[in-house]
Amino acid sequence: MFALMNLVGDIGGWSIDEDRSACESMAPGDYITSSYYEHWLHGAETLLQKHGLATRDEIASGRAATPSRAATPTPASSVWPAVTARGSYQRQARAPALFEVGDAVRTRNIHPTGHTRLPRYLRGHAGEIIAVHGAHVFPDSNANGRGEDPHWLYTVRFNAGEVWGGGSSHLIHADLWEPYLESL
Amino acid sequence: MPHDGHHHDHDHDDEGSELSPLALRVKALESLLVEKGYVDPAALDVMIDTYETKIGPRNGARVVARAWTDPDFAQWLKRDATEAIASLGYVGRQGEHMVALFNTPALHNMVVCTLCSCYPWPVLGLPPVWYKAMPYRSRAVIEPREVLKEFGVTLPEDKEVRVWDSTAEVRYLVIPERPEGTGSLSEDQLAALVTRDSMIGTGLAKVPA
Amino acid sequence: MNGPHDMGGFTGFGPVIAEADEPVWHDVWEPRAFAINLAMGMTGSWNIDMARHKREQLPALTYWRSSYYEMRHYALINQMVALGLITAEEEATGRMLTPPKPVRRVATADMVPGILAAGGPATRPSNRPQGYAIGDKVRARNITPEGHTRLPRYARGRLGEIVAVHGTHVFPDSSAQGQGDDPHWLYTVRFTGRELWGKDTQDSVCIDLWEPYLESLA
Repeated sequence: MFALMNLVGDIGGWSIDEDRSACESMAPGDYITSSYYEHWLHGAETLLQKHGLATRDEIASGRAATPSRAATPTPASSVWPAVTARGSYQRQARAPALFEVGDAVRTRNIHPTGHTRLPRYLRGHAGEIIAVHGAHVFPDSNANGRGEDPHWLYTVRFNAGEVWGGGSSHLIHADLWEPYLESL
Repeated sequence: MPHDGHHHDHDHDDEGSELSPLALRVKALESLLVEKGYVDPAALDVMIDTYETKIGPRNGARVVARAWTDPDFAQWLKRDATEAIASLGYVGRQGEHMVALFNTPALHNMVVCTLCSCYPWPVLGLPPVWYKAMPYRSRAVIEPREVLKEFGVTLPEDKEVRVWDSTAEVRYLVIPERPEGTGSLSEDQLAALVTRDSMIGTGLAKVPA
Repeated sequence: MNGPHDMGGFTGFGPVIAEADEPVWHDVWEPRAFAINLAMGMTGSWNIDMARHKREQLPALTYWRSSYYEMRHYALINQMVALGLITAEEEATGRMLTPPKPVRRVATADMVPGILAAGGPATRPSNRPQGYAIGDKVRARNITPEGHTRLPRYARGRLGEIVAVHGTHVFPDSSAQGQGDDPHWLYTVRFTGRELWGKDTQDSVCIDLWEPYLESLA
């Protein structure tokens, strides 16, 4: 499944964010009771249909019934170079960074209906910027086919006591994009 | 929620081969508890009969119809719904602390229990499957208007939707707006317009044909 | 506990599917399971908060995949086994292998109507002063108790307004742990959808919350 997903992703031309979003679209009971690679399988089936590369019946039967949309299969000889190529999600920044290391920030309390990489448990909490990673592809846009829309990416440190209440004293770090943050 | 293999035959005879593994498990537990002397099988029959035939949403519909026709009763419901409802004979388990929520042209009330399935049994009976299932429990508080649309209810944008999450032992009954053109109807005729969903807040009272 | 029962705000469970003219029961075992559950509750071996807590402690997958009566049945078994009223082996075989334990009450058929009509009021007298009044602005505390609580996760840390005062009620966080009724003032608190979800909406959610869940904004 691992190999298949990588190859169909290559042929279909969708992004890692669209891929994650498709994996997350499983019904929660199914998502939690199935294995990691079953999530990948669900994602691949969803995206093959969405992008017109295969129909539901074809996936069920394992046989091609309609001519495929023009797509070039990945030859074996190009797999190793593709795996070892250094893909990057960093992009040219379009504006100066709003925050710098040491800044106190609060995560926004947002509940997008689409894909997001801001976990629910970290919404509405105060933290501190501890690293600035440059501008990176913004998953909330990229997953929905709206382009890469790069934004500044930061590592933010939270106190577990702030996140969960009570006396926990460990630290939690999360990589968060600028649109998830506001100044304190 | 899935309920595969529906059987509506309550006089089903108890041949093991026809029962699902869960049905057999429930049956085995019942005989064990009877053997241990913890439960009286005749008492179980009374409980089942009570919620199957005696308690249901017709009770709530009578409360609503009375509120529509009797302003003093409506005031009493607003002040002390538990006592007002008890005056019609509807009391007991899961209705010990009642609150009536009056819909108005500016406000639509809708009831959920996100943490379990709290529901006002004495006036509405046992809850329907969808009320206890995950889609309603998860979505009613975050996207009530989308949920209402799935029930065929679209409300004006300027009307507030107020969702009540039953986290305590307080139980909520929605008093829907009285439909237009029902001035001449009797209390019984009005009660027939009051659906279960209109008292949960996922529906509106029926308009007379 | 942040268990599988705390459903508010999840998305992805699909549409709400309402069955037209739904019957009270959907399978022969449902009324029996429902009544067994009710009858065992009447033995006085646990309270409603303990029963809810046992359901929340089911494995998440069991909780989400089971129907309502099925889920309650599994929790009932766990509760009875934990208290030694039955053993797991007895449950598996349906045969009595150990003597019964004494219970406070066994409801007979003639007692049932009276018990159901009496219900179990949750109000209790208390000397605690009332901390908030209608109109007060409060914040739901950001707490993550390991045990039972009725403060939903989606409301924690959020700002609201007291819209009703219900008197002093049994406090589930204490009662579920067998630590007594510990009655506290119960309020209805109204939160705007904007505050809860960051959405541009005028809709709101009202939640019944005990005083220990709240703090003043001062």
